[in-house]
Amino acid sequence: MTLLSLRGIRKSFGAVDVLHGVDLSVAAGEVVGLVGDNGAGKSTLMKTITGIYRADTGSIEFDGKDILALDPGQRRQLGIEMIYQDLSLAKQQDVASNIFLGREPTKRLFGLFPGFVDKSEMDRQAARMIERLGAHLPSINRSVGSFSGGQQQTVAIARALTFNPKLVIMDEPTAALAVREVQSVLDLIRRLRSEGIAVILISHRLNDVLSVTDRIVVLRHGRADADLVTAKTNMNEVVSRIVGGGDIAAAAAHEQRG
Amino acid sequence: MASETTQPGFWARVQRASVERLHIRLESLVVLLALSTAMALLSPYFLSLSNFLNILLATSTIGVLAIAATFVIGSGGLDLSLGSVMGLAGVAGAFVAVNLGWPSVFAVVACILAGGIAGHINGQLVTRAFVPAFIVTLGMLGLARGLALVISQGRAIYGLPPEIVYIGQGRPFGIPMPVIILVLTAIVAHAVLAYTRFGRHTLALGDSEGAARAAGIRVEHHRRIIYTLSGALAGLAGLLFTARVNAGDPTAGINYELTAITAAIIGGTNLFGGRASILGTMIGALIMGVLQNGLTLLAVQSYYQQMAIGAVLILAVFIDQYQVRKESRV
Repeated sequence: MTLLSLRGIRKSFGAVDVLHGVDLSVAAGEVVGLVGDNGAGKSTLMKTITGIYRADTGSIEFDGKDILALDPGQRRQLGIEMIYQDLSLAKQQDVASNIFLGREPTKRLFGLFPGFVDKSEMDRQAARMIERLGAHLPSINRSVGSFSGGQQQTVAIARALTFNPKLVIMDEPTAALAVREVQSVLDLIRRLRSEGIAVILISHRLNDVLSVTDRIVVLRHGRADADLVTAKTNMNEVVSRIVGGGDIAAAAAHEQRG
Repeated sequence: MASETTQPGFWARVQRASVERLHIRLESLVVLLALSTAMALLSPYFLSLSNFLNILLATSTIGVLAIAATFVIGSGGLDLSLGSVMGLAGVAGAFVAVNLGWPSVFAVVACILAGGIAGHINGQLVTRAFVPAFIVTLGMLGLARGLALVISQGRAIYGLPPEIVYIGQGRPFGIPMPVIILVLTAIVAHAVLAYTRFGRHTLALGDSEGAARAAGIRVEHHRRIIYTLSGALAGLAGLLFTARVNAGDPTAGINYELTAITAAIIGGTNLFGGRASILGTMIGALIMGVLQNGLTLLAVQSYYQQMAIGAVLILAVFIDQYQVRKESRV
């Protein structure tokens, strides 16, 4: 069942054409790797899915609905979450404030005034979510900026998962992590798939992509240049599709070592 | 290594609790108490109920402006036009009441509306024309002041109706009206900033605009509301001032943005946004009030008071940045 379907997505910034008609589809519970060289348009493509950017032309359907006209908040409500490479956390706010940013539960103050944020409920749910991820944070009431990189990523992941998403986009989730933390992110992706949640994984670490995805889409010069089934491909093929010819053997050998 | 396992000290825990629960920086309370003690020792007139009410009365206008500054700076913005917009609003209100002779209600509305419109223009320019807030509000500082002088033809407008004067000079239960209005405004503002989605989004926006945008907050829309709110509060400050001095003075509020921003920063507002509290700002405003009142009681020339305020602003930002750097070095 197709969850997300992009058709002919084009996006340019001024005179710079970044996306030249990208087609991409993701099924429910499928893990799709999105790879490509720097400047291939990966992040731009993802931001047109989350609504941060609006595609110039093309169509985006999610769960059978046309979402092209929706803003980021509305798309989140439909179940599209993204974990950004820079994590996009509000560093001076605490864990619960970040997880619930834009979706804070409210209550009535003294049973009279509506619209007051229910902080204790937020803290409770945040703690439960962090625990579910099997992570340990020094204190849930500390500002996120005082945490380590891995701990901050935990908060970003918790934010993406708290509201039962259908699709989670991860932009280089393992780039800044220690080896053990990388494994836990990959385990998390497998767990999401088993729960029927689709994942788009952007990564330069092709070993990670090959080990965890069902499909690999190669973005090249603003087009989906190749759509490979992970089980039927290998490092050599992926690398050659990314660089698009040239000295493929050397590049692949280098990736294999890395 | 050892510091990771040991419990934080008593002082550190009290500090953290005060920041987390009450949104106050403890240091600012200490400064307020120390300053008050020093003034009480230096001047026999300082410690009296009437002088206390004097300080509160003198702080009321600045206090309202400082609330506006807290919202704007907390959201990562800046409003340098607060003092001028306050002056414009006061003149607008006096013009409606005296020159047009309309009922007092309209004068009150005119003050807040004039401020709100000026603030809304700030917000539109910042979010749609992509002119930096520093420049937009600096320009508005000149525009609003000039317009106030044009409307009043450079002279103060006298002869306000008694209802307006009551807002500035009335004393129900012996408490000056401006003080009551400030306290009510502060309570509402504190509730909004600390406990509502609007307030939380304001701070998140000042913390990281990217994070706020990714979270689906309508960033530009939110900024426009904040600048409009800031202007409307400056309008309220203009009403309080005009009513207190019983005149629509086109030169009212000159340099008040300096004091208001200083009060907000002393109260713990992060100059670059993301952290702010109205309770803290009120303590900051009281510090400025006690400082000015004390220096006046000690017969220090007002020229020196201006210097003191400027020095306190720089000092407050220095201390804040010093602490931020110290904390991030962990």
